[in-house]
Amino acid sequence: MREKAKILDKDTIRRCLMRLAHEVLEKNKGISNLCLIGIRNRGAYLAKRLADCISGIEQEHIPVGILDITLYRDDLTLIAPQPVVHKTEIDFDITDKNIVLVDDVLYTGRTVRAALDALVDFGRPKSTQLAVLIDRGHRELPIRADYVGKNIPTAANETVEVRLSEVDGIDEAVIIQKD
Amino acid sequence: MVWTRKDLLGLEELTKEEIELIIATAESFKDVSRRAIKKVPALRGKTAVNLFYEPSTRTRVSFEIAAKRLSADVINIMTETSSVKKGETLIDTGANIQALKTDIIIVRHNCSGAAVMLARHVDISVVNAGDGWHEHPTQALLDILTLKERFGSLSGLNVAIVGDIAHSRVARSNIWGLTKLGARVTVCAPELLIPVAIEQMGVHVTHDIDDALKDADAVNVLRMQFERDEKGAFPSHIEYFKNFGITTDRIKKAKKNIIVMHPGPLNRGVEISSEVADGDNSVILQQVTNGIAVRMAVLFLVSQAQDKRNGYTD
Repeated sequence: MREKAKILDKDTIRRCLMRLAHEVLEKNKGISNLCLIGIRNRGAYLAKRLADCISGIEQEHIPVGILDITLYRDDLTLIAPQPVVHKTEIDFDITDKNIVLVDDVLYTGRTVRAALDALVDFGRPKSTQLAVLIDRGHRELPIRADYVGKNIPTAANETVEVRLSEVDGIDEAVIIQKD
Repeated sequence: MVWTRKDLLGLEELTKEEIELIIATAESFKDVSRRAIKKVPALRGKTAVNLFYEPSTRTRVSFEIAAKRLSADVINIMTETSSVKKGETLIDTGANIQALKTDIIIVRHNCSGAAVMLARHVDISVVNAGDGWHEHPTQALLDILTLKERFGSLSGLNVAIVGDIAHSRVARSNIWGLTKLGARVTVCAPELLIPVAIEQMGVHVTHDIDDALKDADAVNVLRMQFERDEKGAFPSHIEYFKNFGITTDRIKKAKKNIIVMHPGPLNRGVEISSEVADGDNSVILQQVTNGIAVRMAVLFLVSQAQDKRNGYTD
C-alpha cells in the first residue's frame, strides 16, 4: 500500500463543491422542494458542506439528512473488518421531494444501489439525483452520477481515499496503490 | 471491535467490549422500529427458528418481531405440539432443525446449560432465550440498554435486584453484564431465595428492602416464580409483598429519579404494586420496546459472524 498521487487538495475540494452547488441549483431551478441526503460516512459531511454552499448562494435553508446503508448492502461481509450499524437521520418527509444523494467516491455503484433501496423505505421522492466528489469508474451496475466533482481514471488495484477535516483532520483525496 | 461468535449463550463469556458493541448496534436498530416501513433487508433469506420448551409470550414474540424486522423468515416450534412429546432429545431436534437448512435457533429451555449443549452440537447459530436458572442474556442486554438510555453510562451506577435471585436467570445475566460495565449491584431477597456464595459474583447482599433501595439509581424487580417453588422456600404472597414488595411508600424514600424495571410478566400486588408499575418511575414498557432492538442486534451480529465463517459474500 502506498500513496500514488494526491488528486484533490483543500482548495480544489472547496471549488468542486461550489461548482456542484451551482449545478444542482441550475438543474433543479432553485432550492424549492430540494433536499440533500449524505451517505455515511464521508458523504454525510460532504452533504453538509454542499448544503452550506447552496444556502450561501440562495440565502435559504436546505434540509440535510444522513443515510446509513449498512443494512441494505449486498456485499456486507466483503467490507472489512465489520461494518458498525449507525443511525439514519432523516427528520423530514422525503415524499415528493427532489433528493440529491451525496457520496465521496462513486466506484462499483453498489453503495448507491443500497442507498436507493434504503430511500424507498422512507418515502417516495419525486426524483433522486446523485452527486459525488470523485467518479473513479469500474461500475458493476447501471448507475451514473448527475453531478461529478472530478473524474479520475483508476486501475482496479488502486483505491481512492477522500479525507475530510471533520473526520480525518485534513481535506484531500489520494490514489492509493495496493501492492 | 469485531464480533466473531456464531452464538449468544450468556453474558458471562462476553467481554465488556462485546456487550458495548451489542448495545451500540441496538441503539441504531431502535430507529428501524420508528419508521413507517419497519423493515430492513439485512437478514433476507435467513431462517430463524424459535424453539421453546417453556411457555413464553414476550420473549418469543419479541424475537419473532426482531427477526421479521430484519427480513428473516421465522418458524415457531412449541414443544407441547412437537415430536419432543414423542421423546425426541434436544440434540436430535437441533440436528433436524439444522438439516432443514435453517440459520439460527433461538432456544428457551427449563434446563440450565441447554443452549450451551445445543450450540456444541449444531453448526448454525444458537441464541439463548433463557436456560433454567442459568442465563437470559437478551433480557439483561435490554435492561442495560434501558439503563444506558436513562443514565448515559453504567459506570458507578447503583442497581438493586430484588426478588427470587436463586431461581432467576434474569438476575444472573444482569449481574454478569452490569458488573462488567462498572455498575454496583445489590441483590435483595428473603434468605432462602439468595444462593450461597453469590457475593463471589461481585454483588452486595441484603435482606432489607429499604437498605437495598437507599442508594439505588435503578431497581430491577424480579417476578416471584411461584411455579418453581418445590421446596417450600417461598413466603406467602401477602408476606412477600409486605416485606419486599415495591410500593409507592418505599419508592418515595428512595432517590427521586429512581427507575423501576421488571422483566415481566407482572404479579401485581406481589412483588410490585400497581401504582408503582404504572407510575412515573416505571420504565417497564420501555424495556419491552428495547427488547426488539437488542434482539435485532444479536441476530444481526451472530448472522454476520456466521456468514463470514461460511465465506458467503452476499
